Amino acid sequence: MAKPLINVPAKAKRGEVIEIKTLISHVMETGFRHSNIGEFLPRDIITQLVCHYNGEEIFRADLFPAIAANPFITFHTVATESGMLTFEWTGDNGFSATGQANIAVVD
Amino acid sequence: MLNPTCSVTLVADGDTYTAFPLSNAVLAGLRPLTAQQFGYDKIAGSGVEIAAGRVTGIDPQARTARLGDGRSIPYDRLVIAPGIDVKFDAIKGYGEAAAEVMPHAWTNGAQVALLAKQLEAMPEDGVVVISAPVAPLRCPLGPYERASMMALFLKARKPKAKLIVLDSKDSFILQKQFEAAWAELYPGLIEWIGLSQGGNLTEVDVANKTLITDFESYKADVANVIPPQRAAEITSTAGVADRTGWCPVDPITFESQLVPNIHVIGDAAIAGAMPKAASAASAEGKICAAAIAELLQGKTPQPRELGSSCYSLIAPDFALAIGDKYRPTDGQFMEVEGNATSTPADATAAQHAQEAKSADAWFAATTRETFG
Repeated sequence: MAKPLINVPAKAKRGEVIEIKTLISHVMETGFRHSNIGEFLPRDIITQLVCHYNGEEIFRADLFPAIAANPFITFHTVATESGMLTFEWTGDNGFSATGQANIAVVD
Repeated sequence: MLNPTCSVTLVADGDTYTAFPLSNAVLAGLRPLTAQQFGYDKIAGSGVEIAAGRVTGIDPQARTARLGDGRSIPYDRLVIAPGIDVKFDAIKGYGEAAAEVMPHAWTNGAQVALLAKQLEAMPEDGVVVISAPVAPLRCPLGPYERASMMALFLKARKPKAKLIVLDSKDSFILQKQFEAAWAELYPGLIEWIGLSQGGNLTEVDVANKTLITDFESYKADVANVIPPQRAAEITSTAGVADRTGWCPVDPITFESQLVPNIHVIGDAAIAGAMPKAASAASAEGKICAAAIAELLQGKTPQPRELGSSCYSLIAPDFALAIGDKYRPTDGQFMEVEGNATSTPADATAAQHAQEAKSADAWFAATTRETFG
């Protein structure tokens, strides 16, 4: 599996609203389809993305079968302190992927 | 002429037309730009009146087309084939001035010449970055043919160079064939980065010649930014473009669905499954002309089938081809089942060479038919 893509600004001013972008490669099979020979294709999706900022949860998204393949999720937060943002994707069939990014916050 | 009682006026900007099929070969030095250029003399000789200038306004009520110099031409039927505009507002930092540094080379000969000049001047170990836009675009295979032609040039002239294709899509037509050809002819030279690998271009930094995607920055020595596209500006002025930016038409006559008596052909039209390709535009022109001749005689035009064929040059004597037939079905052009053809992924050198010959033959035939 390809490594998840994460874009967090390397530097930000304290109190600044920053944009965070994530993209993960995944088929997001809906569970509503059949193959071209009629076999049922079981659901295989990512069900959740959670982001922690220095250990504190700042963002959580539940994903459903209507989400397209390769979910691209962006959100915003306030840059409060220097440290690390961690990301965890979980899903069907024990799917799990993680990623992280550092941010330096200056006054 | 289909209808000798008609009088036909062709409004043409300048005295030369630059054809885009095969123009990527100009970048590799395989063809001079002049081989892409054609005059209107023979069209004039066939009884068509040529009005030099550019249509800047259309009055659908009075049925007149106004030219830039103020002249006004009355019409019973107006056919426009204005092609596309690149969307200068789609990529942050990009615009007309930026295109002089990071050419799109997608709508005029001067841009192609500029890109060729930049390639010639770049350092031996330079980096070329091409950005390919979302569909719909003029010449859907064009960005990949262009990558191939640039790779041919780089391999010969700048052997330490690298070529990156940033793509706003996750796949493209004939991708397997292109990738197989690249692996065979240009191993390690072309890196294709699709949407899900973060290939979507969002911003350019012109001063630093840097292309910025959602996740990375790419510093380029030569940057070829091909922005998203829409039907050319005149279609908005005329009211024939809808909110998609393209022009809905009747597939039998190519008459606009929005403004009567104006027909839109070529890349600007929404032609269903048909690609925005020269072969399709040429076929559309013929169908539209035949339909207008019938309409002016009070007849009802019947649905006509048309075909398209696209060629992508990978190297001299090495091309890929794709073709199909289309028929008006439920108000749209749909593929006619069983007519799709394409160069197979495991094609032989002889097949690739034959496709290259066909490409040349197609170009010669189409331009001869059009310009005499």
